[in-house]
Amino acid sequence: MTQLTPVLSAHWDEADSFTIAGYRRHGGYTAIEKALAMEPDAVIQLVKDSGLRGRGGAGFPTGMKWGFIPQGDGKEHYLVVNADESEPGTCKDVPLMMANPHVLVEGVIIASYAIRANYAFIYVRGEVTHVVRRLQAAISEAYAAGHLGKNIHGKGYDLELVLHVGAGAYICGEETALLDSLEGFRGQPRLRPPFPAIAGLYARPTVVNNVESIASVPSIVNNGAEWFQSMGTEKSKGYTLYSLSGHVANPGQFEAPLGITLRELLEYAGGIRAGHQLKFWTPGGSSTPIFTQANLDTPLDYEGVAAAGSMLGTKALQVFDETTCVVRAVLRWTEFYKHESCGKCTPCREGTWWLVQILRDLEAGKGTAADLDKLLDIVDNIAGRSFCALADGAASPIISSLKHFREEYMQHLNQGGCPFDPAASTLFATAGSR
Amino acid sequence: MTPEQALVEVEMITCIIDGFEVTVPKGTLVIRAAEKLGIQIPRFCDHPLLSPAGACRQCLVDIEINGRAFPKPQASCTIPVETGMIVKTQLTSPVAEKAQKGIMELLLINHPLDCPVCDKGGECPLQNQAMSSGRGESRYEGVKRTFEKPVAISSQVLLDRERCVLCARCTRFSDQIAGDPFITLNERGALQQVGIYEKDPFESYYSGNTVQICPVGALTGASYRFRSRPFDLVSTPSACEHCASGCAMRTDVRRGKTLRRLAGEDAAVNEEWNCDKGRWAFKYISSKERIASPLVRGTDGELHEASWPEALAAAAAGLKGKRVGVLVGGRATVEDAYGYSKFARVALSTNDIDFRARAHSDEETSFLSAVALGLTTTYADIDRADKVVLLGFEPEDESPIVFLRIFKQVRKRSLPVLTVAAFASRGSKKMKATLLPVVAGNEAAVIAGISELTSRSVILVGERLSESVGALSAAKALADSTGAKLAWIPRRAGERGALDVGAISTLLPGGRPVSDPAARVDLAAAWGVDSLPTSSGRTTAQILAAAESKELDAVVIGGVDPLDISAQALGQLLNTFVLSLEISHSAVTAIADVVLPVAAVAEKSGTFLDWEGRARAFDKAIPDSLTRSDVRILSMLADEIGAAINLPTVAATAREIQSLDKWDGATVAFAPVSDGSAPKVSGSEAVLASHRLLLDLGTLQNGEANLAGTARSATANISQGRAATLGVAEGDLVQISTQRGSVTVPAHITEMDDSSVWIPRNSEGSQAIANLGNVSGEVVTVVKA
Amino acid sequence: MAFSTDQLAIMDSIIARYPKSRSAIMPLLHYVQSLAGYVTAEGIEAIAEKLSLATAEVTAVSTFYTQYQSEPVGEYHVGICTNTLCAVMGGDAIYEAVSEHLGIENHGVTPDGKVSLERIECNAACDYAPVVMANWEFYDNQTVQSVKDLVDGARNGNPPAPTRGPSTLRTWKENSAVLAGLPDGLAGEGVSAGEPSKLGLKISRGNS
Repeated sequence: MTQLTPVLSAHWDEADSFTIAGYRRHGGYTAIEKALAMEPDAVIQLVKDSGLRGRGGAGFPTGMKWGFIPQGDGKEHYLVVNADESEPGTCKDVPLMMANPHVLVEGVIIASYAIRANYAFIYVRGEVTHVVRRLQAAISEAYAAGHLGKNIHGKGYDLELVLHVGAGAYICGEETALLDSLEGFRGQPRLRPPFPAIAGLYARPTVVNNVESIASVPSIVNNGAEWFQSMGTEKSKGYTLYSLSGHVANPGQFEAPLGITLRELLEYAGGIRAGHQLKFWTPGGSSTPIFTQANLDTPLDYEGVAAAGSMLGTKALQVFDETTCVVRAVLRWTEFYKHESCGKCTPCREGTWWLVQILRDLEAGKGTAADLDKLLDIVDNIAGRSFCALADGAASPIISSLKHFREEYMQHLNQGGCPFDPAASTLFATAGSR
Repeated sequence: MTPEQALVEVEMITCIIDGFEVTVPKGTLVIRAAEKLGIQIPRFCDHPLLSPAGACRQCLVDIEINGRAFPKPQASCTIPVETGMIVKTQLTSPVAEKAQKGIMELLLINHPLDCPVCDKGGECPLQNQAMSSGRGESRYEGVKRTFEKPVAISSQVLLDRERCVLCARCTRFSDQIAGDPFITLNERGALQQVGIYEKDPFESYYSGNTVQICPVGALTGASYRFRSRPFDLVSTPSACEHCASGCAMRTDVRRGKTLRRLAGEDAAVNEEWNCDKGRWAFKYISSKERIASPLVRGTDGELHEASWPEALAAAAAGLKGKRVGVLVGGRATVEDAYGYSKFARVALSTNDIDFRARAHSDEETSFLSAVALGLTTTYADIDRADKVVLLGFEPEDESPIVFLRIFKQVRKRSLPVLTVAAFASRGSKKMKATLLPVVAGNEAAVIAGISELTSRSVILVGERLSESVGALSAAKALADSTGAKLAWIPRRAGERGALDVGAISTLLPGGRPVSDPAARVDLAAAWGVDSLPTSSGRTTAQILAAAESKELDAVVIGGVDPLDISAQALGQLLNTFVLSLEISHSAVTAIADVVLPVAAVAEKSGTFLDWEGRARAFDKAIPDSLTRSDVRILSMLADEIGAAINLPTVAATAREIQSLDKWDGATVAFAPVSDGSAPKVSGSEAVLASHRLLLDLGTLQNGEANLAGTARSATANISQGRAATLGVAEGDLVQISTQRGSVTVPAHITEMDDSSVWIPRNSEGSQAIANLGNVSGEVVTVVKA
Repeated sequence: MAFSTDQLAIMDSIIARYPKSRSAIMPLLHYVQSLAGYVTAEGIEAIAEKLSLATAEVTAVSTFYTQYQSEPVGEYHVGICTNTLCAVMGGDAIYEAVSEHLGIENHGVTPDGKVSLERIECNAACDYAPVVMANWEFYDNQTVQSVKDLVDGARNGNPPAPTRGPSTLRTWKENSAVLAGLPDGLAGEGVSAGEPSKLGLKISRGNS
């Protein structure tokens, strides 16, 4: 049984964990002291050595990303933290920033120092007011304590950190859309190349990292690359936050080494809610192809999940039991992608519009088996044809649900409607409090 | 190696597309490399002059580089070719073909089936590519998106959002090319749509280009909507008559009537753009005021229709053996101006000829004779410039394509622009120009203070610089001392050509100085005449003064509005015989003794020279017109007078101009004039400045209300200091007056000298000459109205 | 509504946070919402003026993001998550019941202007499903009854406190000011983390 390894969440049960005092009590802001004593390149090397990979979904090696920033180019560099957590099922960065914003701030300072940035931004989604408050307070405390601003810790390093609050757009989680948004434009993805490492924010070299990735950095600096390497699997090193939600007895956050399985996590979470069985689940948010019972023992690391035909994504495990209609679930996700499509490219804009109409018909039991093939053919004209990965995400639940649950779609068509009782899948059905 | 050579030596890349090898300059996009092979990849958002968007995804192709294939099809409009690249388009890749068919199906699911009533039908990229790359039948069974339609985003452009494929060509054009981001993509996802901010319509001087580049019928011109089908139109390549930018154009005519005009393509000049005046101001041709037949003033004092022989005889009687001046106007073609030039010298034995129907000076005459003709600056020099200096010149208003060219470099590489002007115009602000604020009259001193120019700098001198004493001299001195390239950019299309063919007192055709006996002999020989007049001729102002004082007996007048010259001009003509060659009834025809109707540009062939001196030849767009070019009428008249000029047709005239060698003898020397200065003012007095806005009361804009609807309204621009003294806030009415009259318009407070006031020269409610009797440099009184 | 000198000065201070002024467009729109409750024409014009942009460019941005409202919302803007997981867990039932209870549809506002309703997408609190947001504060593990109590309280001027948030629910405008980057000093209120957030930690502590 894989043991849980709370690092980021280690002190979330303390009433003042979000304050600078609470953070310092457990060694907060000692990592910057160490990092500022190192050459920036040595910090990059340390993070490379740790094997830390991006926790925002793509899993790109963080140190390598930092290493792409051209040095000595005489240009401003920027660090931008992607705190626009909006992928359905994903709920790790928001509690992290609420309970311990300082670990993110400290990570920002170290990362900015490493890439020689004197300006950093945290782009946080706008729909989480209290998280915004906590970040504002943490940044202001860090300035007051001399961790930010001019001549940090007397080491001659300057850093300004600005909190930028979004305003409701899932697409801004896509790093180039985020940069356009931060520059004051509509959050639509940019052409690549140039990549952000060469021409990112204000056309300057820019690193965009996920909250959890940056928040992991202080622990690596404090404990060393080997410590981090000691956790996880061959190519997926370290600990990470797994978020369990849905029809489990006790949903929540579980910090564990990469490679833990759903079976193990379910054990920690008290299993599927009483009297029910697992039907399908997402390994890393709604954009990752759904898994079933068959994947209970799939190692939840980048390689393991990919080998099983999905993606680790954000480790957002949304668990659904047998009361859930898969067509309804997929329709709702498709409506989400339609709502969040930025509109820039044809396949995503028009495709999600069309898919929603088809799925509504299918859920209502209208159509024939041929419509399922048509649906797959249309998805084939959308996935891999769009400007960014949003439409690929929209295709995932459709393709994977048809792979695993084609029969259930047919059931809708055969009986002219949805065979499920939506009330049965609500939490109130268990709690009996309707 | 010079910087120019460095620019030329571009690395060449070879790649393979559909099995064919093609070699193109590094940086060429795959879609463009394919074009070079004649392989047409379907596309909507792609446009060679706009930055790539990759939005429509119609141009997906399969690509591999050095054996490594991209996992999915790529947008060929966003990817530059690379060595070792193998591209498979829809012609050789089933994946690309299916991808393109899939995109086309998606583009059509929400597109209305209104092609039969859509202006674009018949020339629509969506229609055409749906035929070439689409499915026979749609599988879409859902509900189509609908919007309220059409929405007037300005008085001249209409938007049908449900036809829009959201390619963002229009929004990119407005932002990147015109610098007028007044239309944007709004909302998002399936509801994304082109729109304006409710209170600020799409009033860009260049808005018509968006209609032209829209790949569907989403943007249409209000004046053309539902008027015609493309296949009923006869198209003729033409040149724009509105300014000296030199746009290539296309004129589309149905049954003898111009229905629309489009920007033509000329990479060296207007690329693929034009301004809204060039596109939409053509209704003057079909005005009710057009003159249908010759007119002769009878003994009753009224004009009466006359036959051509009758009218020519009356005209000849008024001119033969008389002392005559010739006012050509600034809109004549090269051939017509040549006709006036030769007619004056041969049939009238005079050098009293001038094409300047505007404020002018002797200093300018010298500048034009000695300097302007020899200038070689071109658009390409702007592309290469390290700095552009604007003197008495507002490019957005006075030569809009010059503006686009400068703006392109400002956007691309932050080309520094310096402008000597009363205030920073909207165009100047878009160019991020550094303003050297000047009080009209002080230009020479300000110009003398300009430094840090190099041989790559370009000084663009507008015709208005002649209004300030010593300013042209200062401009020339600046160019001489720095090696900067100098250009003279007149506002009207005909001035540069008229100068070339000697429609001015000091020069004969080809730059031959009137004062040079050898030049006269040379030309006389070519013309087959014994001699040419030797006396130094008069300028426009001098001709008018001589007419008034009866030192001249008659004046021949081409297309001239006397109020463009001075408040007195018309009155000065009352005591002489006036022969008017005009297209429409005007202030001049009202007092003329004989009126001879001439052809408008669309009805004739001819040539303009743009400001660079580049020939812009055009054909008759309306083939069955009975009107005749000025030169042909002048030739008939010369015959009637008995001093033939032998210019029976435009073509014959063009041949004769061609056959005249350029003068390679001595040229006249420039006679510099020392600096003038602005008058001193105090209290409510101010020094007047003005220029003509692109869209104003100009007669060639007559009859096009939709265009006029987008004209910038008149303001009186004053400094913060003056506003405070007057107790005037932005938008409050102020009155500017002289002894002659006044203008009352809203105040606009802007950065300028406290002693200046600026108004538009010829806009609704603000006509400098008519209302104030002056255009610049004069003392006016400014009070709160 | 014209903006006061103080308000214009606040706009300047927001702009000053950024290396390039245009970046301030989003906080400025939040700020306009904190003053007017929604994105007004005056707000768009003022931002355009401040940032030297065309009004169309500001409109293009304000209409892209769903938090910017083109019409006034309620003093308490209630968002019910109906993305898949919350919907399945009870969000759909809550939405239906509350919509009927208030007599308003998606994006509707009660006639008293107190409460507006919106179906919202995933708000990153799936382990607390079903989730409801009021003025973008968390109301976790909701039921039909708890949300009826929330909106009734809001209409009576006495809404219950957020689950993870300040001790009292602030108004739409007040919270918009926080999003504009104008702190209200309430960061110290509320829990560090809710129970599900601490579950793994607690199990781990129990094990060690």
